[in-house]
Amino acid sequence: MEHEIAISLEGICKSFGSVKANHDVSLEIRRGEVLALLGENGSGKTTLMNMLSGIYYPDEGTIKVNGEEVNIRSPKEAFELGIGMIHQHYKLVEVLTAAENITLGLKGGLTVKRRELVSDIRALTEKYGFELDPTKKIYDMSVSEKQTVEIIKVLYRGADILILDEPTAVLTPQETEKLFAILHNMRDDGKAIVIITHKLNEVMSVSDRVAILRKGEAVATVRTSETDAQTLTDLMVGRKVSLEIERPDVDFEQKDFLKVVDLTCIGAEGHKALDSVSFTLRSGEIMGVAGIAGSGQRELCEAIAGLYPVKGGAILCRSDTSSGEVRENIVGMSPTEIIKKGVAMAFVPEDRLGMGLVASMDMVDNMMLKSYKRGKGPFVDRKAPRAMAERIKDELEVVTPRVTMPVRRLSGGNVQKVLVGREIASSPKVLVVAYPVRGLDINSSYTIYDLLNQQKKKGVAVMFIGEDLDVLMALCDRIMVLCGGRVAGIVDPREVTKDEIGLMMAGERREEEVG
Amino acid sequence: MTTVINFLCAAVLAGTPFLFGTVGEIITERSGNLNLGVEGMMFMGGVAGIAGAYFYEQSAANPIGWVAAIIAVVCSFVCAALGALVYSFLTVTLRANQNVTGLSLTIFGTGFGNFFGEVLGNKAGGYVVVTGQTKEAFSVGIPGLSNIPVVGKLLFSYNFLVYLGILIAVLAAIYFSRTRSGLNLRAVGESPATADAAGINVTKMKYLATCIGGGICGIGGMYIVMVTCSGVWVHNCVNGYGWIAVALVIFATWSPRRALLGSFVFGGLSVLRYYLHLGLNMAQSQMYDVLPYIVTVIVLIVTGIRQSREHAQPASCGINYFREER
Amino acid sequence: MDKAYKRHEEPLMRITARTDMPAGRAWIIRVLAIVFALIVGGLVILSLGHNPFSVYADMLRGSLATRTARIETVKIAVPLLGTALAITPAFKMKFWNIGAEGQIMAGAIAASYFALYWYKVLPGPLLILVMLVAGAVAGGIWGVIPAIFKAKWGVNETLFTLMFNYIIIGFEKYLQNGPWIEKGTTYPKIATFDQAARLPKVLGVHVGWIAVLVLTVVMFFYLKYTKQGYEISVVGESVRTAQYAGMNVKKVIIRTMIISGVISGIVGFLIVSGANYTLNESTSGGIGFTAISVAWLARLNPFVMIFISAFLAILSKGSNTIQTDFKIPASAAGVLTGIILLCMLGGEFFVNYRLIFRHKKHAELPKGGEEA
Repeated sequence: MEHEIAISLEGICKSFGSVKANHDVSLEIRRGEVLALLGENGSGKTTLMNMLSGIYYPDEGTIKVNGEEVNIRSPKEAFELGIGMIHQHYKLVEVLTAAENITLGLKGGLTVKRRELVSDIRALTEKYGFELDPTKKIYDMSVSEKQTVEIIKVLYRGADILILDEPTAVLTPQETEKLFAILHNMRDDGKAIVIITHKLNEVMSVSDRVAILRKGEAVATVRTSETDAQTLTDLMVGRKVSLEIERPDVDFEQKDFLKVVDLTCIGAEGHKALDSVSFTLRSGEIMGVAGIAGSGQRELCEAIAGLYPVKGGAILCRSDTSSGEVRENIVGMSPTEIIKKGVAMAFVPEDRLGMGLVASMDMVDNMMLKSYKRGKGPFVDRKAPRAMAERIKDELEVVTPRVTMPVRRLSGGNVQKVLVGREIASSPKVLVVAYPVRGLDINSSYTIYDLLNQQKKKGVAVMFIGEDLDVLMALCDRIMVLCGGRVAGIVDPREVTKDEIGLMMAGERREEEVG
Repeated sequence: MTTVINFLCAAVLAGTPFLFGTVGEIITERSGNLNLGVEGMMFMGGVAGIAGAYFYEQSAANPIGWVAAIIAVVCSFVCAALGALVYSFLTVTLRANQNVTGLSLTIFGTGFGNFFGEVLGNKAGGYVVVTGQTKEAFSVGIPGLSNIPVVGKLLFSYNFLVYLGILIAVLAAIYFSRTRSGLNLRAVGESPATADAAGINVTKMKYLATCIGGGICGIGGMYIVMVTCSGVWVHNCVNGYGWIAVALVIFATWSPRRALLGSFVFGGLSVLRYYLHLGLNMAQSQMYDVLPYIVTVIVLIVTGIRQSREHAQPASCGINYFREER
Repeated sequence: MDKAYKRHEEPLMRITARTDMPAGRAWIIRVLAIVFALIVGGLVILSLGHNPFSVYADMLRGSLATRTARIETVKIAVPLLGTALAITPAFKMKFWNIGAEGQIMAGAIAASYFALYWYKVLPGPLLILVMLVAGAVAGGIWGVIPAIFKAKWGVNETLFTLMFNYIIIGFEKYLQNGPWIEKGTTYPKIATFDQAARLPKVLGVHVGWIAVLVLTVVMFFYLKYTKQGYEISVVGESVRTAQYAGMNVKKVIIRTMIISGVISGIVGFLIVSGANYTLNESTSGGIGFTAISVAWLARLNPFVMIFISAFLAILSKGSNTIQTDFKIPASAAGVLTGIILLCMLGGEFFVNYRLIFRHKKHAELPKGGEEA
């Protein structure tokens, strides 16, 4: 039996500048059903749903709610149509109670009738099986409780179409199970539920139908009961794209440069952001790190650079002096000491300029960010940084009228060239690059890949944290797959398929896959 | 016994200007605007209050004290609110730095008060002073009730501004804890992005809270002129009261209820030495005046170190909000 | 019907941040803001029944025409510029030190101690030197306390430094009314300094003017060309980036506030030893607050501060002249300064943001209006 259609999207297109986030997407959302929206990072899932929640407005296409064409221009208008979206980043006022947050901004009488409000909320929580104390303050809550508040906020406003963006990203398995039970209760109550995810096991356990997005386009919609993880992975990652990225061989003896042993870090939400991570990084190799967003990549980078507190384990670095044994623990060292050990990190955050570069400074000043202390006397020496800036500008073809232009006025690709160029110029032993090609066009990306290969040939141990599996598989010598802060496996990209890596990222253990 | 009662009365009278300034600034800061222009707005309110009353007396054939008093309240509120409006326009709409704008408003308001105070004085031939009836309106207690022994003196003998101040503080407390709009205002001050997403008009709330808060501060300035200085414009009369109010906001941990207590405690501290006969000399009593600031610093340090979420400055205070372009 | 091609309606006007305003045009906007402020001030003057042009001209004459006037104007500008310079490194680091007022007072008190009680013991030049050092140290101490609390526990520095102003001013009143009261007078005041404790004059003004000009250059170079200046810029921009670069952020905060406090303390010394020859509760007299606006409006550029502080000094001195000539109260200086500061603050908006109006071609096409 087909359920009633709540929303239908027809031919939706959305571009940001030259990037097509969604192209000609058509989709139906039905009442009494959980629809999983599946796709890799950057496949346009969140963008698509943001057009339903009134954050973005589509460039082209039609949205119909209950069969009627609508224009959704703001979150408020979305609410009026009964659409509520629970974003990945919760928007809650910490010092207020759950009930106060839920009633925030709503019309109603002059006063807040707390008793009524609380009993209304209790009725809602009982109906669907939530566990929540409406009088508890947000700052006393766990992540899962905060999520509950966000969901009830949406329900309380009368939403009957709920969109959840990666709701399980920060939940424990037990909390996830509970959430799914609640989602099923809501579905049985006749609500339309959309859950954005890239975890296959969750898709299989929670959804009734799956819509798969790839590179901004809807590639298929299938019934969950009529499919399996393998088919979905194929649909999600597509066929292997052959990229003309070089993977040069090195002809010298590869030595261990960095050894990470049982590294454990606690995340901001109190969960284990890194859980007993162990691996070895060798000279003359590029080790790729794959994983869905938030699997511990950021914490791993920062822990190596001395910026993130380490709860347990060790990071051993090859010492310069003795026989070159890898036994010097850099955990607990200051970032400066770690830089001196030859460990360089180029981290490109989502907003590009958050860390690593000072936006209002020019290229020259940014060149000396880590080396300004060199030389005697109180004055900074800008001669060497200037020469370096000029060199990077020429060699990496940074498009800027002059090196004295503040970097915030450079385009994204050029900013990244500056950042990676500087880290390479410090001739490190270990180079950690995170998302260096984020938001770059093809040509700039290739420049960066070449740079990394040159470093590899020089004998540097490179760790490359990337998003695009195709690139990782073409460029890297080994790939470590992270999932929920744990190492799901370290594989040779020449021997595994993209599907296998995809399954590991999604939480299926390699051993299980093989065994 | 009489001394104790006299002391308590004096404490309330001395604490009332603090009360207006503190409650006004609490309302302002609750919207996320740290307005350091309290001192300036008090000057503006003070001079506008006396000017309003004075011009009314000059133009009316038979000036009535109560009418003059009400005019003074309205004028002081409006004038200081205009100062706050300039502040809001600069910080909310034009996104200027809050600290610098507040300080500039203090510089402007102090000049404004003293300048027009003197201009008015020159016009009046020497100095400006209101009539006896007006002074009376600013000093009488509640008729009848104030004659009850002890209780009358303790509860009903004050001028109407004292009751107005207490009323405003109580209303503000109810507003924050009970009303929908008060809840929304708190959300604006804590997390404007959240408030915005919940459909609250952040800009409007900030403007309204800052202007009303500023206006209340202005009434405090008028109190100094009309009650403390007995209806005469004295050069530099506000003299740091505004800054004490800023300090009291911290002391009261952004709660109008505690502002009530804090203002009268500070008022009491400032007059205590006349009653205690501690044998303080001039010098020691100057040190004694510093106590409120030291207490405030301690409160600041304790709340800072304990990272208390409940009793801390509204999280967005001092930071201008604007929605990122989509 | 119109199935395809719905366009997103742009709002009528939107605001975007800009970083590409050429410096020249930015300064034109700032000058226009001052002109606008002077017009507003002129309207105030006009409302009092005076001709704004003759009043402004009188202000200029009163502050610049004669040698005595110029000396007085410079005397006002010196501490203003010095304090603006003191605040600059702290503000560059986004540490909102609004306690310069108190740091000046701390320096003034320490310098006065030696001026009052050691002038017979120490020979002239040494006395001045000791006063200078004492002022610097006291200012530094008063400045570093809030910095330590900020660096170690994240205590709000704006309110902390503000409270510290009033504590030290209260302490001064205590000294003035008790321990340091001038003998033989009933009015509580502190004795005038001995000749030995007074700064020598150069071209009619105490040597402080040379000191602050030198300091202007030094501060410019310190911020721009030294390692410490570089650290201040990075910390001010992003604490995370500073940590990533291996900087000790706490150390930078504490060190910078010592510098800020030391300079303020020296300004306090200049005021008591160069201008007032005594200490009283209005020694700092709001300079600490005005200087914040000076520093901010100069975009923390030391050389620009020279002009802004000179400008405000002219206003201040000129207002004394118009009081005698036009019977306009001298407090007009505060009103005009306030108006100018507020207008310039507003003007910054047009330097930092761009207003974009909706283009007609982007507006939604009227239905069936394709042929147009």
